[in-house]
Amino acid sequence: MDYTIPENLALMVETIRRFVKKDLDPISQQVEKDDRIPDGIVEAMRELGLFGLSIPEEFGGLGLGALGECLVYEELSKTNACFRTRVATNNGIGSQGIVLDGTPEQKERYLPRLASGEWTACFALTEPEAGSDAANIQTTAELVEGRWLLNGRKHFITNGSESHVATVFALTDKSKRAKGGITAFIVEKTYPGFSVGTIESKMGMRGSHTCELIFDNCEVPAENVIGGQAKVGQGFKTAMKTLDKGRLTMAASALGAAQRLLELSVDYAKQRVQFGRPIAEFQAVQFMLADMASQIYAARQMLYHAAWLRDKRGSAVIKEASMVKLFCTEMAGRVADMAVQVHGGMGYMKDYPVERFYRDLRLTRIYEGTSEIQRLVIAREMLKA
Amino acid sequence: MNLVVCIKQVPDTETQIKVGADGKSINMDDIKWVMNPYDEFGVEEALRIKADKGGDVIVVGAGPKRVTEALRTALAMGADKAILIEDEGLYGADPIFVGKLLAKAIEPLNPDIVFFGQRAVDDDCGLASSSVAEALGMPQLAVIVKQELDGDTIKVQRPVEGQTNVLSTKLPVCLTAQKGLNEPRYASLPGIMKAKKKPLEVKTLADLGVERDDKIEIAAINPPPERAPGKVIQGETPEELAVNLAKALREEAKVI
Ligand SMILES: Cc1cc2nc3c(=O)[nH]c(=O)nc-3n(C[C@H](O)[C@H](O)[C@H](O)COP(=O)(O)OP(=O)(O)OC[C@H]3O[C@@H](n4cnc5c(N)ncnc54)[C@H](O)[C@@H]3O)c2cc1C
Repeated sequence: MDYTIPENLALMVETIRRFVKKDLDPISQQVEKDDRIPDGIVEAMRELGLFGLSIPEEFGGLGLGALGECLVYEELSKTNACFRTRVATNNGIGSQGIVLDGTPEQKERYLPRLASGEWTACFALTEPEAGSDAANIQTTAELVEGRWLLNGRKHFITNGSESHVATVFALTDKSKRAKGGITAFIVEKTYPGFSVGTIESKMGMRGSHTCELIFDNCEVPAENVIGGQAKVGQGFKTAMKTLDKGRLTMAASALGAAQRLLELSVDYAKQRVQFGRPIAEFQAVQFMLADMASQIYAARQMLYHAAWLRDKRGSAVIKEASMVKLFCTEMAGRVADMAVQVHGGMGYMKDYPVERFYRDLRLTRIYEGTSEIQRLVIAREMLKA
Repeated sequence: MNLVVCIKQVPDTETQIKVGADGKSINMDDIKWVMNPYDEFGVEEALRIKADKGGDVIVVGAGPKRVTEALRTALAMGADKAILIEDEGLYGADPIFVGKLLAKAIEPLNPDIVFFGQRAVDDDCGLASSSVAEALGMPQLAVIVKQELDGDTIKVQRPVEGQTNVLSTKLPVCLTAQKGLNEPRYASLPGIMKAKKKPLEVKTLADLGVERDDKIEIAAINPPPERAPGKVIQGETPEELAVNLAKALREEAKVI
């Protein structure tokens, strides 16, 4: 088995490595305090091409496969997670519905703007009554005089307040729900009846904003059903395909953060002296470092393998992707916990990045499908006839 | 304008260098290879001149196949074309010889400016550029932090011990770049995709009609001596500590 990274992907990783080291990491703590990424940095991310990783080349993106996208996210996640999140909805859940199921006209209108980062896209599925049970959405869409009227409220929407366009899922047939009753719409922020509600105050992910989106007789043109008229009622499939695709990249992000935590922990253990010796000489500390390194190694192998499999097959790897998301995010949680332990009190201090990674990583086990939901998917795939 | 930039691939400055088993080369396992940081200033400056005055930026490297990666990085930054003189045994060769070799590949390009980094961060020689200038009969302006082109005249600034030398000459010229000349751009991701499709020509020593005639060879590489551990001055009171420190400085370190 050959795990050599293709040259162009290796060069991309190198660019990201430098960008993180020179431009992002030095302002990580500042961004955390300000809860805001400076405009100049967003512009630099646009110039580097970070908003268009997964959008096809013909629409101005890079058209990277799963392995390429994962490698970029792994590297980009070695600093404050908000930077990755700023581009993640354009590359992932925000744009992929259009990439996977959009009409040629929809692709033409939206994808180039999303690939360049001129526009930001978000993905609006979750509602107060519909989290893991996403099919239980209450937002409705009704066709009135040639246009759709959306009514309802979405919450926990990443980049919702920064977005120019949202992929929104609404009920078009209450009796059918997931089986033909949910439709995916492209909603531009300028459409009448659309507004941004409360911006949530979160445990972490500062610098990235998550908010409510409110639809009050929001008017959406008939042609803005993703995939066109024929796809009315098929939105739940679009949502599930989109989420499937994102699982590997979420895992890659958790992996990159875990790797950084290991590096910070090794450095700290070598220089922190207690009882007259660097703590790295105590076996209890060594065991933590060894466990972190081994789990990261395992996670990386399964991630790269699943990404390679996906690129090779050219289709979803549903069971593997859920396994990888489950393992990598849970692994990163354990690594973060050990990293805090290795750092002792310093690991609990806001002046030091370990505490931030610990909080930010907690989210990866919850969104885009909780760990429990990943297990349900894995078991379902495994047990189905 | 024909702008040529010579590029050396060197170990990343963060790499821990270990001496190889033969005692006269470095251990190549686990080395991350990158474009010599000073060469990046050369690439950047050439790209800026191109943007301003037009022309082509051609990057030239010599060494094993892996050097392709450094050349591709330059293509991704925006260079138009690359030439690799591929030879597995070139790393560590006599820099004067490497210069002669590069000159053979550069001459047919009719360069107006040949850029180098002021030195490579691995062997710190800074000789290949002089060798190229000599072979091509060009003036060499070394270690520059600013250049201005006016027709076929170039004026450069070169820092010397806190002062600045201003030098000028007619093109063609060989320049070596110092930190401060510019802020090199990143190889953007779209740039990297485009670089895949840009021409990268591979030549051998035989293609260029050159045979190895190194005048020097590396006899040995010695790692820096290991740093002696620090000493903690003992004492109960500030007075006692001061006395012991003064004693150690006088009797052991012999500095007072
Ligand atoms: C910061 C942040 C950003 C987000 N961004 C977005 C976004 O951009 N777009 C979007 O649409 N959504 C987004 N979400 C929503 C996210 O996907 C949901 O929070 C997640 O799917 C869980 O839903 P819930 O919060 O309603 O929890 P619940 O579904 O209420 O889950 C509570 C607990 O019950 C468990 N549980 C639920 N059902 C089962 C079951 N059948 N079997 C076993 N256990 C079960 C869960 O695993 C969990 O432990 C975001 C959330 C957060 C916190």
